[in-house]
Amino acid sequence: MDRVPILKIGDVLLVSIQLDLQDQTVLALQEDLAEQITRTGAHGVIIDISAVEIVDSFIGRMFATIASMSRLFDADTVVVGMRPAVAITLVELGLTLGNVRTALDLEKGLSILRRSAADRLLSEEIEDSDDGTVRTES
Amino acid sequence: MTTETGNVDGMVALLRANTETLIERWVSLISVPLRGRLSEAELARECRELFAALVAAVETGSRNTQESAFTDVRALLEDLSRSRARLGFTPSETAVGVFALRQALFELASGDDDASRLREVMGFSLLLDSLGLWTFESYAKAREEVISEQAEQLLELTTPVVRLWDGVLAVPLVGTLDSERTQVVMEKLLEALVETGAEQAIVDITGVLAVDTQVAQHLLKTVMAARLMGAECTISGIRPQIAQTIVQLGIEFGDITTKATLADALLHAMRRSGVDVVRKRVTRTN
Repeated sequence: MDRVPILKIGDVLLVSIQLDLQDQTVLALQEDLAEQITRTGAHGVIIDISAVEIVDSFIGRMFATIASMSRLFDADTVVVGMRPAVAITLVELGLTLGNVRTALDLEKGLSILRRSAADRLLSEEIEDSDDGTVRTES
Repeated sequence: MTTETGNVDGMVALLRANTETLIERWVSLISVPLRGRLSEAELARECRELFAALVAAVETGSRNTQESAFTDVRALLEDLSRSRARLGFTPSETAVGVFALRQALFELASGDDDASRLREVMGFSLLLDSLGLWTFESYAKAREEVISEQAEQLLELTTPVVRLWDGVLAVPLVGTLDSERTQVVMEKLLEALVETGAEQAIVDITGVLAVDTQVAQHLLKTVMAARLMGAECTISGIRPQIAQTIVQLGIEFGDITTKATLADALLHAMRRSGVDVVRKRVTRTN
C-alpha cells in the first residue's frame, strides 16, 4: 500500500498528496499524521491537494477529520490548492468543510499559518500580562 | 423506392444523352428563386458535380438512397444544404436544388410518347424525392448546429470574469440566471481564481431580474466552492425586489457577505486584502 509522505518545514507539517487516494491510504495518512504531530510538536498542517483530481465523500470527510484531530494537538490545518472541479464536487456532496481553512496555493497557506502563529503568540502574551493589556514593541 | 433493375440502363442512357440540356435547364430553374444570390457559374458547378455523382450512383443499379452507392450523392447534398443553411437560405430554396432536376427531367420526357421511358422517369423521380428529403434533414441539422453554437457563444459572452483590483475578481451577471448559466459562472470564476491567485471574488447580480430558490442555491454553491478553494466571495447588487423575494422564499445566505452595491463590495474586498482607501484632503492655496 502506498503511503503519503509527511514533510516537516519548521513547525509546519506538509502533506502533499500526489497519488489517487484509496480509503486505506487515507486511514494510514490520518494515523501517520497524528503520530507526526505529537512527535514533532508541529503547530500547523498543510494538506496540498493540487494534484488531486477526483474526490469522494470519504476523502472530503478526511479533511474535516484531520482538521479536528490536529486541533486536539493545538495545530491549525490548511487545505491548499483545491481544483475547481474538486471544489464543485465537494459542494455538490454537501461537504462545505466549515471548520477547515483553505488557501489557493501553498504560499498563501503558509502565510495563513504564520499569521495564526503570530496571533497565538499575541493571545499568550495577553494571558501572561496581569492587567490584560498588550505589550507592543514599536 | 426500388424499381426493377431492368430500367437502369435506359435511365442512365437518357441521363447521359441529355446531360447538357438537363443541367442547363436545372440551373435556370434553381437560379430563379435564389434571385442572383449565387452566381450561375457556381450553381452550374454544383449541379454538374451532383449530376455526375447521381448518374454514377444510378449506374450501379441501386435505387435505394440509403445504400452505399449513394454515399457520394448524400455527402454532396449534405455539404450543399449545410452551406445554404449557413448562408441563410430558406428550406424551400435549398430543397429546390434537388426538385428542379425532376422538373427538368419531366419537361424532357414529356415530348416522348414511350410508356416505358415514362415509367423510368417516374421511378427516378421517386429517388429524387428521397434525396430531397435528405436535403431537408441535412438543412435542419445544420441550422440546429448554428443555433446551439450561438447559444454557447452567448453563454460565453455574457459571463466575463473581470479583475477589479489586484487580487479582486468580479463577475457582473446580466439577464436571466438559469442553472446552466450559474454553472458556467461557477466554473469560470473558480478557474479564474486559480489562474490569477486572487483571494477575493465578487458576484454582482445588479443586472439580474429574478432569483428563484434554485438560482440562489447555485449562488450559494459558488460561494462555498470559492471558499473551499481558499478565496472569499461576496455577493453584491441585490435589487430591492430580489431582496424581498429572497426573504419571502426563506433563503438563508448564512455567513456569506452581501453588499448593496458593487462599490461597497469592492471596498470590502480591498479592505479584506489589506488595502485601505483614503480620500486625499485637498488644500487650496489662493
